[in-house]
Amino acid sequence: MTKAYQNRSVFLILVAALAVSSCTSGKSRGGGEGSEAATRTSSTLTIKGSDTMVILAQTWAQAFMDANPGKVLQVSGGGSGTGVAALINGTADLANASRPVKDKERKQLTKRRGVEAQEFRVALDSLAVYVPAANKIEALTIPQLKKIFRGQTTNWKDVGGEDRPIVLYSRENNSGTYAYFKEHVLDNEDFAATAQTLPGTAAVINAVSKDAGGIGYGGIAYSEGVRTVMVAPADGDPVEPTMENATSGKYPLSRFLNIYSAGEPSGIAKEYLDFVLSAEGQKVVEGVGYYPLPKEATAAAE
Amino acid sequence: MTEQVLDAGDHAPAAKTGRRITLRPRRARSKLASSFKTPLWHRVAERTIAVLALTAIAAIALIFIFIAREAVPMFWEAEFAEEVEIRDLFLAKEWRGYDEPVFIWQPVGEPAKFNVIPLFVGSLKVTLLAMLMSVPLGIGCAMFIALYAPRAVREVVKPAIELLAGIPSVVLGFFALMVLASWAQATFGFHFRLNAVVAAIGLALTIVPVIFTIAEDAIQSVPQTLTEAALALGARKYQVALRVVLPAALPGIAAGVVLGFGRAIGETMIVLMASGNAAIMELFDFSTSVRTVTATIAAELGEVAQGDPHWRVLFLLGVMLFAVTFVLNIVGDLAIRLLQKKLTAS
Repeated sequence: MTKAYQNRSVFLILVAALAVSSCTSGKSRGGGEGSEAATRTSSTLTIKGSDTMVILAQTWAQAFMDANPGKVLQVSGGGSGTGVAALINGTADLANASRPVKDKERKQLTKRRGVEAQEFRVALDSLAVYVPAANKIEALTIPQLKKIFRGQTTNWKDVGGEDRPIVLYSRENNSGTYAYFKEHVLDNEDFAATAQTLPGTAAVINAVSKDAGGIGYGGIAYSEGVRTVMVAPADGDPVEPTMENATSGKYPLSRFLNIYSAGEPSGIAKEYLDFVLSAEGQKVVEGVGYYPLPKEATAAAE
Repeated sequence: MTEQVLDAGDHAPAAKTGRRITLRPRRARSKLASSFKTPLWHRVAERTIAVLALTAIAAIALIFIFIAREAVPMFWEAEFAEEVEIRDLFLAKEWRGYDEPVFIWQPVGEPAKFNVIPLFVGSLKVTLLAMLMSVPLGIGCAMFIALYAPRAVREVVKPAIELLAGIPSVVLGFFALMVLASWAQATFGFHFRLNAVVAAIGLALTIVPVIFTIAEDAIQSVPQTLTEAALALGARKYQVALRVVLPAALPGIAAGVVLGFGRAIGETMIVLMASGNAAIMELFDFSTSVRTVTATIAAELGEVAQGDPHWRVLFLLGVMLFAVTFVLNIVGDLAIRLLQKKLTAS
């Protein structure tokens, strides 16, 4: 009897500990903001958001910190949605997003922080469609991709490949890449329920490379160990996701990577953004594997 | 009270008389105790322990209240009502673009679809499968170690299994994701590389030590006299193990199983990494990918703005998970008591 009681109390403590930890982690997003913002000095900048952009942002931050000693940049990923939510909740100064902010998020930001969201286009990306290296399929059209990710096409032979069931890999729904793909490929319809959601582009790449029937999508800079497929618009020829095709807008899934700030950026945030948009910052973009902004876009941003 | 018992005792069968007799010494003892003065520090210590015990209960109550507080406004908030109907959280609906009513979890989109059923199906599927693997394994291990293993083997195997409990779940998750998944797919030919089976194997690795440790304790604490009596009556060793020790240790073992269940349904990291996280509404096929309640909360809570309908639904998931664990725990406890009653009565 006592044993059972002991065990039960152990269990209750476990439950309590679990709940406490989940509660505090939830709270730290809400309650802790004030103090966090207060202790944050003017020389520290917190940047959160897109996993697609996290390596890029880290490289930028490193270069910026090297050039400006004494200034500290904290960069973390989590997804575009996470970044924008952090901007709304006040736990980040800048949000990286691989998709435009939604109207709802703009409204929430204005309501919560009293300022408008400011958008800065900082780089160009081709959203690539990955298949394992052994898959010989050359190109897919947007309608084919839609059918595949809607779960209506379930075998590779239906799109000109070998006879093998298709296994879908998608991203978590806080991902900007997920949102972009959903909007531009699925016409805002739902992903198939069978699409497995993975926590990052690297995880998608890893899964696709290990799965002969796999297909996934993600930023161009990550495509190692898998093959990228040419993508054809509904009424056109297959296009390779290269820099020229992205810059010229020929590749149907090319998109801008953005940084958002709450209101007009000032101080260190402005310095950082200026650096990002400078020739030096754009060189970093290329080094990481994304494409620098086309000239006219840079001009527009300035 | 005493009179009533005495009264009943006069013409009651032997059982009642027995109860009366056991009452007497207890009364006598309490009378004796009250004639002494308890030392002050005893009383202080007693109170302190009582307060500590109550703190645990208060903590649980507070946690429940604070989680529920985030979820409950969904019933009257206009912002929530605009986007989500409460009944769509639980019932199938034929959404635009679908041919039939479906249970679907698609929290991002127009309209957002928050059906919690596939998530609970996922959680229960993984948990049950993990229990199916770990209960026989844990109890079997415990019986072997407690009853059969030579000393040398026991001293190696027991700490090794207990060490398994110390492995961080993220490490087990990584192992399941990278190694187990490929092995399982190659062996069983799964369509999904990451699926309920892989996640359940990962989970079982964390539950086996829990069940093992408690079951082994329970078996060890079966009185030696019982085993000796059975052996003296000519029972074989396996008969002693299966018909004497196992039944006598059953309440303790059941407690271990309940604890393991709680651990399994609450585990997050392993299922997040190894289950594929596709919210598929599929009751019986265990080779499909699943999305559990815990993984959903972990993956999505970071994204949502506070007070958003999505935020409220995630907290509702937390409340429901809490309730499910709580109810199952109580049911488990009742079962243990029933077992105990049955065992001590015979």
